[in-house]
Amino acid sequence: MSAVMAQAPSTALLTVEHLTMQFGGLIAIGDVSFEAFPREITAVIGPNGAGKTTLFNCLTGFYKPTVGRLTLRHPTRGDFLLERMEGYDIPEHAGVARTFQNIRLFPQMSVLENLIIAQHNKLMRASGFTFAGLLGLPVYRNAEKQAVELAKYWLDHINLTERADWNAGNLPYGDQRRLEIARAMCTEPALLCLDEPAAGLNPKESAELNQLLTYIRDQHGIGLLLIEHDMSVVMGISDHIVVLDYGRKISDGTPEFIRNDPAVIRAYLGEEGDDEDAADG
Amino acid sequence: MAEAVAASATPPRAMLREAGLIALVVFGLSFSLVGFKIEDVPGGLAILTRFDGVFFATALAFFGRIALIMLREQRALPVALVALPTAALVLLLQLFSGDLDPERSYPFRSGVVNWSLFAVALALGLRAVWLAWHHGGSLTGREARDAAMDRVGAKVQHAARFLGPALLGFAIVLPFLPFADRRLLDIAILVVTYIMLGWGLNIVVGLAGLLDLGYVAFYAVGAYSYALLAQYFDLGFWTCLPLAGILAAFAGILLGFPVLRLRGDYLAIVTLGFGEIIRVILLNWYTFTGGPDGISGIPRPTFFGLELTKRATDGETFHQFFGLTYSPMDRIIFLFYLILALALITNLFTLRIRKLPIGRAWEALREDEIACRSLGMNPRNTKLTAFSIGAMFGGFGGSFFATRQGFISPESFTFIESAVILAIVVLGGMGSQIGVVFAAILLIGLPEFFRELQQYRMLAFGLAMVMIMVWRPSGLLAHREPTLRLHPKPGQENAS
Repeated sequence: MSAVMAQAPSTALLTVEHLTMQFGGLIAIGDVSFEAFPREITAVIGPNGAGKTTLFNCLTGFYKPTVGRLTLRHPTRGDFLLERMEGYDIPEHAGVARTFQNIRLFPQMSVLENLIIAQHNKLMRASGFTFAGLLGLPVYRNAEKQAVELAKYWLDHINLTERADWNAGNLPYGDQRRLEIARAMCTEPALLCLDEPAAGLNPKESAELNQLLTYIRDQHGIGLLLIEHDMSVVMGISDHIVVLDYGRKISDGTPEFIRNDPAVIRAYLGEEGDDEDAADG
Repeated sequence: MAEAVAASATPPRAMLREAGLIALVVFGLSFSLVGFKIEDVPGGLAILTRFDGVFFATALAFFGRIALIMLREQRALPVALVALPTAALVLLLQLFSGDLDPERSYPFRSGVVNWSLFAVALALGLRAVWLAWHHGGSLTGREARDAAMDRVGAKVQHAARFLGPALLGFAIVLPFLPFADRRLLDIAILVVTYIMLGWGLNIVVGLAGLLDLGYVAFYAVGAYSYALLAQYFDLGFWTCLPLAGILAAFAGILLGFPVLRLRGDYLAIVTLGFGEIIRVILLNWYTFTGGPDGISGIPRPTFFGLELTKRATDGETFHQFFGLTYSPMDRIIFLFYLILALALITNLFTLRIRKLPIGRAWEALREDEIACRSLGMNPRNTKLTAFSIGAMFGGFGGSFFATRQGFISPESFTFIESAVILAIVVLGGMGSQIGVVFAAILLIGLPEFFRELQQYRMLAFGLAMVMIMVWRPSGLLAHREPTLRLHPKPGQENAS
């Protein structure tokens, strides 16, 4: 597999090579390699503690990987080695946006403000690092108008236009999930990483989420990386699934392939006679 | 309070026990605090006893508590019958105590305490009359009171657009009102100084959510910048004002760097330490800052080069130029307008920057730093700008303080100052500009009016704080308006 990847040029949006993340003696991720492509939804699944969120934290700069290379090929801005970048530079330059397992909105700020803050760097430059903004120059006012337009576009797609001036913390749970995705999209990313977006959603909301994610994939042509436990979401919309267990990749392929892979079934359901092995290991 | 809703009377015994308990606490507190007083007498110190005061305080606490219990249970008439005559009696005693005994006033030695007692008794009595009149009107329970306070808060917030200009208008005409004497103007200058400092600290604490317990350090940097620049380089106030702001801003960055990774309590402790470090440096660097002797003879500000003194050291003075007769009040009035202008600049700047990306970034940082990082915001720069801009306004305030006092020493920049400024911000309602104004008036103005009570005037400070904490735990006016809206505010298109 890695031999194939070494032969550039690859069309992959994200290439993860030999990623290892070690916390003291604990190997949270051990030698994981996979690729994610633009216009595809790549799901990362695995039992609890398999290292999925750690993988996301490495990708988005919250952790520095112990070993490995994370290459992001931005369609317009060139290639970025994510493991070498500052955490807050990754969203801005490499175009990797993420959401969190436990929603991290700005609860005391309005829905609209949440979406405007996502465009912080753009607006900051437009406001001449505050000086032009203080003087109220038209450059800044136009930029702000554009930012509001982008926010409106996403508000329409998550059905929150009516409640744009609510405090984000007062929204129902499902709307907060969707708002977080919209906020990530307002950074205009090339790769969107979603950490359990369907957690805590009812079946109807879950179906709406599927629609939103496929819409983002098809209309915006970006790659999506998805951690999810809800198999109706994973099997319904993923183009490609990576399965982790105890920090190792145990399977990688299309949903049909994963569904029938004995290694995956063993990891999820256990196998007869597997208990002793688990106790030993 | 469930039991308050029904008119179920507390048995007299329980009532007496509750009141007795309160009286016991008051007795315990006042026995040593009020009962004894050390006074300078020829040939040393003497302990005076004031057990009458202890007696009155205990008795008043006892009966006051009974009155409150009865009010809670809607038995208003007896309370009214007792409280109103008490108020009248206290008033009479206070007004005519001079005839009784020219040495002291009755029932307490201090007129301020008597007036307060009169006010409390009158308030109790009037409330009882009101209750009896409406016969168990609705507002007694705690929830009802909270709801009422919330409504008041929302109304004040709503009225802030008119209230702000109204307060400003009042402040502008204040020096020319008939009752504006030197003392009142001095208090007004002090209050406005704290309002300005509160607005400055509001940027750091209210907007960026960085708990700063050492804000007075920047105040000190500003004050000493001006004093030292004036002393060593003979620079005037108007040259030094921006320099003091810049130097304080640098001090803010200097503090900001090491504390970037800290949050909450840890940040508070380090900023507290920073405040003390600055003070200790000022205290010990004797050759440069004068140490505990301070710096005196700090030049006064000029009005476009015109001095506000009786005789000019060179050139003309203010009153000569405008052909006025000299009045020492001119300088006070000028200082008042100066600090008012500085405070207004702080306010306008904050209001404006809140609606700019950097202001929103500060608020977002307060809400969730990790989310900010995931959106590509640089938390380091954002925090440092908050620290430095907050510090800059502290520096402006400091150089005003130096020029007003004419003398500064490290004693003016102790931790208690930071605590007071922080209390103003927190009690005003984090991030609320108009809340800071009310909190400053309450916390600074009130104790100044109670100066007659000497060291006990801090009790007024404490009382104001306790009352705000009981009635408005999240601050006087804790209500945040979004910085931009998609839809017009409800109630604005159809005039409410």
